[in-house]
Amino acid sequence: MNKRSHSIAFWAGVAVFLVAVLSMTQIVRNEYPFFAGYVILQFIALAVAWTILGGYAGYVNFGTNAFFGVGVYTAVALFKATGAPLVVQIAAAAVVGMLLGFGVGLLTLRMRGIFFSIATIALAIIIETFVMNWRFVGGAAGIQLQRPPVMAPFDSYVKMLFFVQAILVVIAVGIARYIQNSRMGRGLQALRDDELAAECTGVPTLKLKLVACMISGALMSAVGAPAAMYLQYADPSSAFNLTYSVSALAMSLIGGTAHWIGPVLGAILLGSTQQFLAVTISSEVNVLVLGIMLVLFVVGAPKGIIGLLRPRYRLRAGGKQ
Amino acid sequence: MTIAAPDAPLLQVGTLTKTFGGFTALDNISVDIRKGERFGLIGPNGSGKTTLINCISGALKPQAGSVVFCGEDITQLSPHLRARRGIARSFQIPRPFKSMTVLENLMVGLDFAAAGSAAAEEEIAMSILTRMGLAAKAMAPSDTLSQVELRKMELARAMAVRPKLLISDEAMAGLSSSEVDEVLDLLISLGEEDITIIMIEHIMQAVMRFSERVMCLDAGKIIALGEPAEVMANKRVQEAYLGT
Repeated sequence: MNKRSHSIAFWAGVAVFLVAVLSMTQIVRNEYPFFAGYVILQFIALAVAWTILGGYAGYVNFGTNAFFGVGVYTAVALFKATGAPLVVQIAAAAVVGMLLGFGVGLLTLRMRGIFFSIATIALAIIIETFVMNWRFVGGAAGIQLQRPPVMAPFDSYVKMLFFVQAILVVIAVGIARYIQNSRMGRGLQALRDDELAAECTGVPTLKLKLVACMISGALMSAVGAPAAMYLQYADPSSAFNLTYSVSALAMSLIGGTAHWIGPVLGAILLGSTQQFLAVTISSEVNVLVLGIMLVLFVVGAPKGIIGLLRPRYRLRAGGKQ
Repeated sequence: MTIAAPDAPLLQVGTLTKTFGGFTALDNISVDIRKGERFGLIGPNGSGKTTLINCISGALKPQAGSVVFCGEDITQLSPHLRARRGIARSFQIPRPFKSMTVLENLMVGLDFAAAGSAAAEEEIAMSILTRMGLAAKAMAPSDTLSQVELRKMELARAMAVRPKLLISDEAMAGLSSSEVDEVLDLLISLGEEDITIIMIEHIMQAVMRFSERVMCLDAGKIIALGEPAEVMANKRVQEAYLGT
C-alpha cells in the first residue's frame, strides 16, 4: 500500500472507531463498561503521548504522573474558579502541560538517560507537594466536585467522558502518526540513536526535543483533565500517583515504541488485564502483573508486540545510553 | 581586506584555544584552508586533532579564537547550523543511526541539511551510495554492516549533507591495506568534485598520497605546516612521532 491509501485506511479506521464508541454510548444501558473502558482509553492516550518523547526520541520520562496531575488540577482549579465547561478545562490543561513540557525539554539540554528520568520523577514530587499545600483546590485532603448536567446526546456523564476520552485517543494517535511519518520523526529517531551524529548531520536536536516534550506533555495533561469529573473527586496522591508513569512506560515498551500502534496495543492488553484483575482478584494485583509482564517482554520480546509482529521495526525499546 | 575574493580561504581558523580544565588541548591555532584543497592533519595521539575538528564542526566551543567559514563567523553556531552551511564530518569511531537502514541514514542529512523533495532525495541518496560502493547495502540495517562498510557509510552520510567541507576523522583506522586504498580512492575522487577535504589520519602513506598540504599538531600546537614531503622531513615532526 502506498502512503495515500495508508492514510485513507487510517482515517476510515478512526471514523469507524468513533462511530462505534458513539453508538455504544447510545445503545448500552449498563454504565460499568464505560467506567472501565474510560480507564483503558485514558491509558491508550497516555501511552501514545509517552511514546512521542520516550519512544521516538528515547528520553524516558518518568514524570507522566506530573503531567497527568497537572492536567487534573488545571481542570479542578478552572472549574472551581469559573465553572468552565469540560472542553475548556481540557484545552487549558493542554496549554499548561505544554508549558511544563517546555521546562522538561530544557532539562534535556544537560541530562540524558537515567539522569533525565530521575529529574522527571523529582519534578512530579515538587508539583505534587505544591498542590498538597494549595488550599483553593483542597490541599492534601482533596476536593469533591459536583458534575454539571450532562450534554445531549448522552444520558450519563460517564458515557460522555468515555466519548471525550475516545476523541483524545484519536488526537494523540493522529499526532503520533503524523510525527512518525514526517521529517520530525526521522530527526527524533536520529537523535535517539546518536545525538551528536544527528546534530552534525543537520538535525536541530534541541528544537526537536523541545517540540516532542511539549506535544507529549500537552497530550498527557489533556488526558488527565477529565479525570476529576470522572471520579467527582481529586486528591494529590491519586492525581500524581506514580502508577500513571509506570503504566504509560510499561504499556509503551510492551507494545513497542517504534510505531504508534505499539503503545495502543500495549495499553489495550495491559489496561484490560488490569481492569479484569481489579474486578476478579484485587486492584493491588495490577501492579504485580504489570511488573511481571514488563519483565517477560523485556526478556522475551525486547521490541515489544510490534517487534514480534513485524521484524522490520527492529528499533530499540526506548532509552539512551 | 577583500571579502569573498575567488581565492579567499574556505575556512579560516583564527587563534583558536580550547582548554579542558587545566589541560590545554589547542593552543592558539591559526590556519587557513583553501577552497578545493586536500588537507592532511596529523599528529600523535592526544595532540588535539579531533579537538580541532570538533571546534570546526561545532561539537565543542573554543574558549578563544574564531572559526570563519565562507566569510561568515560561525564560532558560536551549533553543529546543525554548520552542517546546513556545508560542513560535514565523519567520526573516529563510527556513529551510525543504528536503528535505521543505510539509505535512511543518508536521508537524515538530505532531510535536514539539504532540503528537497522526497523522491529526489531518495535518488540523490542512491547515487551517493552507488559512488561509495554501498548501493547493494541500501536497505540493510546499519548495525549489520562490516567495519569498512560502516566507514564508507559515515562518509556517505556526510556527503548527504551536500558539504563544501568534508572532515574525515580517521576513516581508515582499523582497515586492511586494500580497504585503506579503497577508502582513500573515494576521498580523492570526492576532492576532485570541488569538495574541500580535511583528513585526519595515522596511516602515513595514505596521508602522503592524499594531501596537498599537511599540518602536524603536537600537544595542541602546530609544529609543521606545508607540503607533505617537507612536513615528513621536519625534525620536530619525527621527534613528535618517534620520541627523542
